[in-house]
Amino acid sequence: MSVSLTLAGRKEAAAPPRRARRRLPKGWIAPLVILVAWEILARAGVFKPNLMPGPTDVGGELLYLFERGRLFDHMGMTLWRVGGGFLAGVAAATLFGALTGYSRTTRELLDPTIQALKAVPSLAWVPLFILWFGIFEASKVALIAVGVFFPVYLSLMSGIQDVDRKLVEVGEVLGLGRFEIVWRILVPATLPSYLVGLRAGLALGWMFVIAAELMGASKGLGFLMFDGQMTGRPAQIIAALILFAVLGKLTDAALTLAARPLLAWQDSFGTMTERADAAR
Amino acid sequence: MLHVERLTRRFPNGVVALDGIDLSVGEGEIVSVLGTSGCGKSTLLRLLMGLDAPSAGRVTVDGVPVTGPVPSVGVIFQEPRLMPWLSVADNVRFGIAKLDRTEREARLAEALELVGLTEFADAYPRELSGGMAQRVAIARALVRRPSILLLDEPFSALDNFTRIALQDHLLRIWAAQRITMVFVTHDIEEALTLGDRVIVMRGSPGRIHREILPGPRPRLRNTLAFHTLKDEVATALNLFEDAGGI
Ligand SMILES: Nc1ncnc2c1ncn2[C@@H]1O[C@H](COP(=O)(O)OP(=O)(O)OP(=O)(O)O)[C@@H](O)[C@H]1O
Ligand SMILES: [Mg+2]
Repeated sequence: MSVSLTLAGRKEAAAPPRRARRRLPKGWIAPLVILVAWEILARAGVFKPNLMPGPTDVGGELLYLFERGRLFDHMGMTLWRVGGGFLAGVAAATLFGALTGYSRTTRELLDPTIQALKAVPSLAWVPLFILWFGIFEASKVALIAVGVFFPVYLSLMSGIQDVDRKLVEVGEVLGLGRFEIVWRILVPATLPSYLVGLRAGLALGWMFVIAAELMGASKGLGFLMFDGQMTGRPAQIIAALILFAVLGKLTDAALTLAARPLLAWQDSFGTMTERADAAR
Repeated sequence: MLHVERLTRRFPNGVVALDGIDLSVGEGEIVSVLGTSGCGKSTLLRLLMGLDAPSAGRVTVDGVPVTGPVPSVGVIFQEPRLMPWLSVADNVRFGIAKLDRTEREARLAEALELVGLTEFADAYPRELSGGMAQRVAIARALVRRPSILLLDEPFSALDNFTRIALQDHLLRIWAAQRITMVFVTHDIEEALTLGDRVIVMRGSPGRIHREILPGPRPRLRNTLAFHTLKDEVATALNLFEDAGGI
């Protein structure tokens, strides 16, 4: 009885991996179902074509943009703005986060002010930035940088503060100097939470680039959306939406992939499920 | 070698964790410090490690007052405290980064050999059992060739088999290198097995209550003499009174 049970159990456990390799990744199922249903409903006339065109129309729009050579122009412009704002925001956040996380004095000096600034809804900076930096690129990059700054700053500061005091003591006992303790203990121990901040910052960067481009631009995915709205072309809006999703996902994946070798040591629930996925 | 004079530690909240401790540890000696929970053992050891500063009194190593961690003093904590992002080998190398490469690798190989973890050099802490991780911590301390080793309940989180094995291990290392040790524990048998002297502490405020000499080695746990010693220590710890005479 018990023997046959184990055998059956083994067989079941051994079978799925082979099937899984041929199957589509799970993440693709929902979008595909939605896409098919959407196309059917659009063709059946359930949606009004002037409000909600079907996926093939959106695809046609993307192709049209591509053929006119505009697609990569718009994408490149938006990517450039996000990239610039992200780098600027991360640089500032890393500097301030490291200072306030490491030193109690600077934390007491600076953190209350930074927290107060955080309470200002970020879009409220728009008028001021336009006044300061003009309506062109600088004000857009500045707005995106503000959006990126706060999650990175907060996770870096709290990450440093949460480093296990016991590990720092090991460094002291082994005769490490201050700088060595920072470089060999605090930095690696803080990396995981820093990465979480970077990902959240990147997501906010994508959010803010839309705001920045909606407020006046002649290029970029946000402009494409605005333009589609003004000229009554929903396919163009949806095409831009899809491009946002693709770029957002790709940049996030690139960030995670770049950080993976640095975080392979982690032993947490997240990595447990990841390992389970890898084994599947 | 290691001298403690009238050492007092009063915490800001008013707790007097240590009150006028005097202790001398000679070269090559193992001193067990035994006491119930909260009697100030860790506080004493942290002062010896230079991780904490006394309210009064002083600690000297070879006549030099301790004001911070001392290079010739090795430390093993209750938890392994390994860097999770470093392999076993890199954890052991952690405190000898400044040595030149050949010397460093030679010492690393020797230390891993000593704790029997040569094959696990490339493993990461998450892949180790509790006992293996603690052995890595021992290797990390020994690889610096300390002349004094301070241990704060290093085996208390381990199961009995592992603990006894590691006690033997430590004694073999001691027999080979004659490292001076201060070994804090709340396990009577452990204190008696390892110590040349057993210092019995009592708490609030933390004071040294008695000193017991367990006699010549090896100390076999199943002898009558050992049981008599255990009773003596238990009495010194006040365990029987607290247990209500049962
Ligand atoms: N940082 C601190 N601030 C205030 N009181 C402390 C601090 N550290 C320890 N104490 C107090 O000092 C006393 C001694 O603590 P200590 O950690 O030295 O005990 P211990 O003998 O090591 O106990 P255990 O066997 O449980 O490890 C306790 O009453 C504890 O509450
Ligand atoms: Mg303790």
